[in-house]
Amino acid sequence: MLHTVNKSPFDNSTLQTCLKFARRGSAVLLIEDGVYAAARDTAVSKQVQEALKSVSIYALKPDVEARGMQNRVMDGVRLVDYGGFVDLVVEHNAVQSWL
Amino acid sequence: MKFGILVNEGPYTHQASDTAYQFVKAALAKGHEIYRVFFYHDGVNNATRLTVPPQDDRNIVKRWSELAAQHKLDLVVCIAAAQRRGLMDKSEAKRNGKDADNIAPGFRISGLGQLIEAGIQADRLVVFGA
Repeated sequence: MLHTVNKSPFDNSTLQTCLKFARRGSAVLLIEDGVYAAARDTAVSKQVQEALKSVSIYALKPDVEARGMQNRVMDGVRLVDYGGFVDLVVEHNAVQSWL
Repeated sequence: MKFGILVNEGPYTHQASDTAYQFVKAALAKGHEIYRVFFYHDGVNNATRLTVPPQDDRNIVKRWSELAAQHKLDLVVCIAAAQRRGLMDKSEAKRNGKDADNIAPGFRISGLGQLIEAGIQADRLVVFGA
C-alpha cells in the first residue's frame, strides 16, 4: 500500500499515525507540508530513520524545493516528481491519504 | 490505468487542489485515464467561475476547465456540498429560486453516487485535501 502524508509532523500527528499503521514493505510519500518530515536533524528525524528500516519513504521533489529543503533531505528518503507520484500509485494496490 | 480523483479542499486554501491538478496532468502525460475527478466538501469551490485571482497567480478554476476541455475530463461537484456553499448550475439556480448560477465550464453537479462509482470503476482512487 502507498500512504501519503500532506501535513507537517510539527503541527499534526498524521505522520505518526501513518508510520504506526504502515506495514513492512509499504511506501510512504511525503507531499505538501508533509515533506518537512524528510529533513535531517529534527525532532522527528530519528523516528523517520527508524521507519526507513521497514518502509520506503519518498518525498515530492517540487514540494521539497518550494520549501528550500533540497539540501536538508536525510539519506534514505527518495525524491520523486509528479510523474514519480503517479508511478508509485500504479505500483501499489491501494492508496491511503492521511489527511 | 484508470484513476479516480477526490478533491476535498477549496482552491487557494492550502495546496490540495494544486497537487490534485499536477497529479492529473502527470497521469494524463503518462497515458493513464482519469475516470472522474470528484469535488466534495470545500472542494466544490474549485468549480465557481466567478473567481478573479491576481493576474500573476495561477487561476485554479480556469486551469481545471481548460484541462477538462483538452482531455474530456469528467469533473463532478457534489450536489449537497455545492448547495450549502452557493455553487449552482442553471437548473439548480432555477429549482432553488436563485437569480444566477456560477458553475465553471467543464464541471457538472451530481450526487455522491458518482464518487462511489468512480471508486468501483477506477483502478485507484487518490484522495487530495484538507
